Amino acid sequence: MINKLWIFLIISGSLCLLLTGKSDVLNTQILSSGKATLELVMQIFPLVSLWLGIMNIAKESGLLEKVSKFIYPVLHKIFPEIPKGHEAFSYISSNIVANMFGLGNAATPFGLKAMESLQKLNKNKKVASRSMITFLVINTCGLCVVPTTIISLRMLYDSKDPSFIVIPCLIISFISLLFGLLIDRIWSKKEGDKR
Amino acid sequence: MKSISSLFIPVLILVVIIYAAYKKVNVYDSFIKGAKEGIPMVGSMFFSLLAMIFGVNIFLNSGIIDYFFAFLKPILVLINIPVEVLPVAIMRPLSGSFGLALLNDMYKIYGPDSFVSILASIIQGSSDTTLYVITLYFGTIGIKKIRYALWVGLLTDLFMVILALIIVPLFF
Repeated sequence: MINKLWIFLIISGSLCLLLTGKSDVLNTQILSSGKATLELVMQIFPLVSLWLGIMNIAKESGLLEKVSKFIYPVLHKIFPEIPKGHEAFSYISSNIVANMFGLGNAATPFGLKAMESLQKLNKNKKVASRSMITFLVINTCGLCVVPTTIISLRMLYDSKDPSFIVIPCLIISFISLLFGLLIDRIWSKKEGDKR
Repeated sequence: MKSISSLFIPVLILVVIIYAAYKKVNVYDSFIKGAKEGIPMVGSMFFSLLAMIFGVNIFLNSGIIDYFFAFLKPILVLINIPVEVLPVAIMRPLSGSFGLALLNDMYKIYGPDSFVSILASIIQGSSDTTLYVITLYFGTIGIKKIRYALWVGLLTDLFMVILALIIVPLFF
């Protein structure tokens, strides 16, 4: 899937640039993508490390396990195949909470840890498990109470009411989350996943 | 809401450390041990991100989307959809920074409180960069077959845009 998408992006983009005679743009992109990626990774790296450190403290003190037992009843409905008290629950909930507060940088390491622990439960390490896809659906819906970047951009342009968008955003992302979870469930049934 | 958001991280860190100290965990060693996991994690995310940024950048800078709009525009005008927000809607799942740049342009042209700007902001704020999230999370743990993940993600994004087109006018 990703493979086909990647081929499509590169071939269609390159052909379009070559046919319109803008091969210089293509060259710039080829040279600058590496730099852009490295900058992004260098921005993420210290934050990921910091949060992995904090999370390890929470794990070794048993706090993570406590949290995961507390939220088990809710998340069990969405992730039926994760066993009770599993660490994945606490990572998943930390990721969701951080996302809701608009803390994308803190949410990413939680999400990566969640994926790692879902990978431990996964039978085929090369193929995505049902819970992984469900977790990603929750993440791509961007359920967010405080869309900080957009609010600050609106402030920058002297909006009369910068936080006007908060309520509609919340309503729309919540409904699309429900929609996402629903088609995720239907699709996995269609593919014959065991519950 | 903003003050809760800015308190969240400091309070969380404080709770974790106080609880661990109370449980007599060696907090410092535990932190170092966890933080070291960052190196293999970032190492494995680099290459999948490199591939995706490379592909997405060529695609987005090629101008192919502009041609696509020129073709689509008459149809959209016919069914009364504000054409201005469409670039934001299409960019949303592909690239976070591109979407934000487009939003910035729209604020400049139409003002931040105009209907099209608000609609575009809500589309931008009601979803996340689907392609980035999928590449990052699956790439980091080494999943090769992502099955229907991308389809569900993109379908949800499409649903979100349609929903925004229906709901946002109600707020005006």
